[in-house]
Amino acid sequence: MIPKSDLRKPRRDVAVVGAGMTVFARRLQETGKEMAWEAAKQALDQAGLTLDDVDAVIVGTAPDAFDGVHKKGEWLLDGAGGSGKPFMRVFTGGGTAVMTPIVGWWHVASGLFDTVLVVNEEKMSSVRPHAQSAFAHIWDPILDRPLKPNLVWIFAMEMQRYMWTYNVRYEDIALVAVKNKRNAVGHPCAQLADPDITLEDVLNSEPLALPVRRLDISPPSDGAAAVVLTREEIAYELTDAPVFIEGVGWCIDTTMWTNRDLAFPKFVARAAKMAYDMAGIKDPRKEIDIAEPYDPFDYKELQHLEALGLAEPGEAAILTREGKTQRDGELPVCPSGGLLGVGNPIAATLGIKIGELYWQLSRQAGPRQVKKDARTGVAQAWGDLMQFSSVVVMRRR
Amino acid sequence: MAFFEPMQKATEPRHWLGDMEADHYFYGAGVMGQRFFEALRDEGKLLGSRCERCDWTYVPPRLYCERCFAELKELRDVGLRGRVKAFTVVYVNKQGEPLDPPEVFALIEFGPNITPFLHKLGDAPPERVHVGMVVEAVLKPPAEREGKITDIRYFRPI
Amino acid sequence: MAHEPRTQTHNDERFGPPPNPQGRRLSAQEEAQLPHIIAKPRARYAWAAGIAISAFLEGLKRGKILGRKCVGCGRVLVPPRMFCERCFRPTDEWVELPGTGVVETFSVSYIDTDANRVEEPILVGTIALDGAPPHCGFMHYFGEVSPEELHIGMPVEPVWKPEGERVGSILDIRYFRPRGR
Repeated sequence: MIPKSDLRKPRRDVAVVGAGMTVFARRLQETGKEMAWEAAKQALDQAGLTLDDVDAVIVGTAPDAFDGVHKKGEWLLDGAGGSGKPFMRVFTGGGTAVMTPIVGWWHVASGLFDTVLVVNEEKMSSVRPHAQSAFAHIWDPILDRPLKPNLVWIFAMEMQRYMWTYNVRYEDIALVAVKNKRNAVGHPCAQLADPDITLEDVLNSEPLALPVRRLDISPPSDGAAAVVLTREEIAYELTDAPVFIEGVGWCIDTTMWTNRDLAFPKFVARAAKMAYDMAGIKDPRKEIDIAEPYDPFDYKELQHLEALGLAEPGEAAILTREGKTQRDGELPVCPSGGLLGVGNPIAATLGIKIGELYWQLSRQAGPRQVKKDARTGVAQAWGDLMQFSSVVVMRRR
Repeated sequence: MAFFEPMQKATEPRHWLGDMEADHYFYGAGVMGQRFFEALRDEGKLLGSRCERCDWTYVPPRLYCERCFAELKELRDVGLRGRVKAFTVVYVNKQGEPLDPPEVFALIEFGPNITPFLHKLGDAPPERVHVGMVVEAVLKPPAEREGKITDIRYFRPI
Repeated sequence: MAHEPRTQTHNDERFGPPPNPQGRRLSAQEEAQLPHIIAKPRARYAWAAGIAISAFLEGLKRGKILGRKCVGCGRVLVPPRMFCERCFRPTDEWVELPGTGVVETFSVSYIDTDANRVEEPILVGTIALDGAPPHCGFMHYFGEVSPEELHIGMPVEPVWKPEGERVGSILDIRYFRPRGR
């Protein structure tokens, strides 16, 4: 057998040098291209670069059915700055948020390009009566759809299994929604920031598909976000405090969701292991200072923290109850306000995962800045039929 | 190797019929699209946005220059008259049925360094249409205009 | 003619820490003024069930739940597949399962497929079928049970439609109910 080469050794170090994002809200006025441009322009401005400095462009955006256009990647092209350049679209469902920067990373790490612009966009308000009409088509048409499912069911069932397996209380899960919606108060792009939200508000919110209630869910949204990646030498010319992408990982589980263990997302753990190995992280609990796990539902933040090795299975709820995941806590989690607070324009949540880690680790996060001197962080996204995860470890050296 | 065994009955493989439930889509014109359509509707004007650095004008206008990414703040009236840059004579409709008379669609240029604009030609027998032909927009009367691309009925030869 | 600038440079000290977004959600009144096009998609599809699921649906019509066994890993795949994605080889034989199982997980849903509210909650979940590997089965409704009684691990059995009404659909099973009820 031919031995495997050391595939995970990148040739060049890659840093984030700029990020930008639009307001997350229903944005009927702007086209997707115009939002993509606003985010991309901000990211380039922050990096102190122009479009001429960009060697290649990556676009991330979710199903074409949301916008009702085909070849949505190419449709967004000019607003993303890709016209006349090497360009590609990436789509891994919700996981796109952290997958496009991974693709951007290998464009630079491989030595193919020096500087890459990564732009993610989502417009969920175009499809009527509701984005649910497009979501309905992720179910199997033969076995699932005759049962007239609602997308929330799948999360409700996963949450139920998670709570049962690890004996997690709903009251502790709901605290995640409270924390993130409060954290979002400091975020200028936030859609659902609420400084006064209480645990009772979440517990008493409208039952949708129990155990999931209205306030356990992040809102659909429109928006765009962008980051600029470049190689080490250029990064140090541009800024004294580049934030390096130290490890990347991704993994997908079987599409047959009714065959999976829903309590523990093993695919997230595998993606995390790949990223940690590359970053040389042996004990994530000691070495990770800050986390931006994907939180479209409050229980997902907990499940993801556990799969990222930042808590034992079932323990993340306890850390939350003890306040350790607050912005000023031992391990700040979703200091951006997350999807629950800022909003969930699927691929565009790049801005509150990779974007937020960049601003936090380079200490530019203003009112959202975590108290501790965070140097190493992990961002993670999750998607497709709740089966895919992408993980990025970032560090200020 | 049951996978590769042929089906015994043609009725065995099943399928399900269905529609995409999305009832409809809202396609917004965008920030600059809004300015373009409002000017067309209210003033009967065609607007473009110009990038000074690239000396390049976009019609309809765009918020940004796709070449240099600059924000385009200046809108200019490009007039209603232009030249045919390319055209096609269409003899069948979308369903493949014959069109009689045939329709002519053209890319129209309002001047040098301006992006061409797609519309239909009217009062233009196909044999007379040629690249470089000067054409002019025929607008609907103001009261009938709704802020849509069809507020221009067609372009006709001068 | 010029418009208000829509982006700001972060490095400009007049602005706060990043991000510095410009747009906003419009009021309903403003939204009504936006030029737009409404278009209705007309996409019709015929979704193929495929070889394995066609046979599975035929089985349901006969009141049987069929799985497909892979001798490579020994698993019985339900819903069946003609290939094993783990061993990456064709599966080997059809296996009839007893049809019974336990509740793997469930939800008490107060919303229907279009997100409309329903008064009587829909009881739905996945069933880990007897004779299949752990966690393996499919999604279905639960009936003859109250939301309070329903729990993970509860033994359940299928309630079939009368034979004459079965058409070869997942709906040939009406729902699963507590075993022995």
